[in-house]
Amino acid sequence: MSARLTLRNAVVAGLLVFLVLLPVYVSHGGNPFLLTLFTRILILAVAATSLNLIMGYGGMVSFGHAVFIGAGGYAVGILAEEGVASGFVQWPVAVAVSALIALVIGALSLRTRGVYFIMITLGFAQVLYYVTVGLDRYGGDDGLTIYTRSEFFRALNLSNKTTFYYVCLALLFAVIALVWRLVNSRFGLVIRGSRSNDRRMQAIGFPTFRYRLVCFVIAGAICGLAGALLANHTEFVSPAMMHWTRSGDLIVMVVLGGLGSLFGPLIGAVTLLVFEESLPLLIKSLGTPIFGAGAARAAEYWQIVLGPLLLLIVLYARGGIDGLLKGGRRG
Amino acid sequence: MLLLIEQILNGLQLGLLLFLLAAGLTLVFGIMDLVNLAHGSLYMIGAYFAATFAALTGSFVLAAILALGATLLVGMAVEVIAMRRLYGRDHLDHVLATFGLILFFNELVRLLWGPAGMNLPLPGWLNTSVQLLPGLQYPTYRIAIILVSLAVAVLLYVTVMRTRIGMLIRAGASNREMVSALGVNIKLLYTLVFGLGAALAGLAGLMQAPILTVQIGMGENILILAFVVIIIGGIGSIRGALIAAILIGLIDTIGRSYLPDLLRLVMSPRGASAIAPAVSSMLIYALMALVLIVRPQGLFPVSGK
Repeated sequence: MSARLTLRNAVVAGLLVFLVLLPVYVSHGGNPFLLTLFTRILILAVAATSLNLIMGYGGMVSFGHAVFIGAGGYAVGILAEEGVASGFVQWPVAVAVSALIALVIGALSLRTRGVYFIMITLGFAQVLYYVTVGLDRYGGDDGLTIYTRSEFFRALNLSNKTTFYYVCLALLFAVIALVWRLVNSRFGLVIRGSRSNDRRMQAIGFPTFRYRLVCFVIAGAICGLAGALLANHTEFVSPAMMHWTRSGDLIVMVVLGGLGSLFGPLIGAVTLLVFEESLPLLIKSLGTPIFGAGAARAAEYWQIVLGPLLLLIVLYARGGIDGLLKGGRRG
Repeated sequence: MLLLIEQILNGLQLGLLLFLLAAGLTLVFGIMDLVNLAHGSLYMIGAYFAATFAALTGSFVLAAILALGATLLVGMAVEVIAMRRLYGRDHLDHVLATFGLILFFNELVRLLWGPAGMNLPLPGWLNTSVQLLPGLQYPTYRIAIILVSLAVAVLLYVTVMRTRIGMLIRAGASNREMVSALGVNIKLLYTLVFGLGAALAGLAGLMQAPILTVQIGMGENILILAFVVIIIGGIGSIRGALIAAILIGLIDTIGRSYLPDLLRLVMSPRGASAIAPAVSSMLIYALMALVLIVRPQGLFPVSGK
């Protein structure tokens, strides 16, 4: 985190200014859909940042991270269904439940390494996915509609889209700051050291399992908060929130933005979701003059472009977008 | 009792189908050290090819053979174009790149075949049932699946363990550089292995097609099951994959048919029938977690790696 003016720092600063000013633009006649889209982006960026903490810094590739989004979301949804609308109860419960689930999953999964870790986290995610499918009282497979957003003070009305946007933005900044502090602390050194050479860290005398577990729990708790936000944003929770492809999306965001880079997950979330929204339009508007009506049809199949693009990024742009901005060296 | 036998046969059939999928996955995993999430896409493509060829030729068997060949070619093309560049990379890269391939294949299928699913009708001679025991009729087609899968399993085992090419495959798994230094075209060998895995996935897909509909995303849930199978069986072990696949197939099928009754003993009938499907889906993942906790390398770890 040097404060020098480099291309990368300029891009990150520009992105942050854009995020802060977006609601102002929207209130002055901008497309209101932008606010909804970027609220979603901010929330997913919180989740991706938490995944980056374990995956980028800790080397723990969790393929079940969406579980914590689901856990946080369902905590809010179930409490709302049972008549507890206060955010002062809902959000801490969402975080606590996610942390507890992370503790159990982490304690069992962190005994394994590599591919086995990827698969066991996926397995636990599937278990919890089916738990929510079986929650007959709370909608089961169809999901659960939330009729009132979490209630805080009178001044903090989350039903106001601009207010909610700024709440998400503030929480994202807080989470990024927290991750920065964690990673650069003694705790973070142990986590990063254990990523590079776990055996050596143990030989030095660190009980790395405990450190990694705490790291996993923190990431789960943060992601649970993202789940609570997402539930408020969509006013709906369903098992689909924790489907394994959602976990895949989170991994994509982190790697796309830059693994182990502080602002990488935010960049990744912005890029992926803006790309998802704009690519169909782009194909349509660029293609129609050349290919006519065929382009409009092709626009529906934009994922056909996204898939190979992911492949290319993996093959040729290690370090993600952040790595490209930093310039040159592959890592 | 007859119901139990029927459910065991159903479980065996599901397990063997899972084995076909898992065998390709575990070969690629064990030999190239490649995590291939797009394996389920090859399963889907096999089913689509079969449905298309069946509509064109009117013959189920001919369609199956053509679809197998086509899936083999698609698999080899995918290996040459994409997978080859991923060997030796981090597993995270594999997950991400093949996740991209899933998106690609799903959209490609939507583009070529449209969003609606397809049906692969069974020919009359398979669409009958056989009396196995007095009072137990069992569909011919399911028996055919069991027999074909068993034959393929034996063939695969003999190929890998008893033939020269199998020897080269195993040698390539333990030391790639050494095998290639001895003059074996390891690149071609890997392409063949990947194609073989794809063909096995395609076979599973096309055999499952008449039972379920052929649709986009059909490979994704069963892919996760196949991963569970190879994790439980031990990565790279074909024997482990076979045993784990049959175990998973039996647990899943028997769980689905008997859990509602078991749960009804301890809770209200309505509640029991509501949560039973979810609980039986969870069983296999719980089993995987248990196996990994007790034996982190799976039940039949491949030694010497």
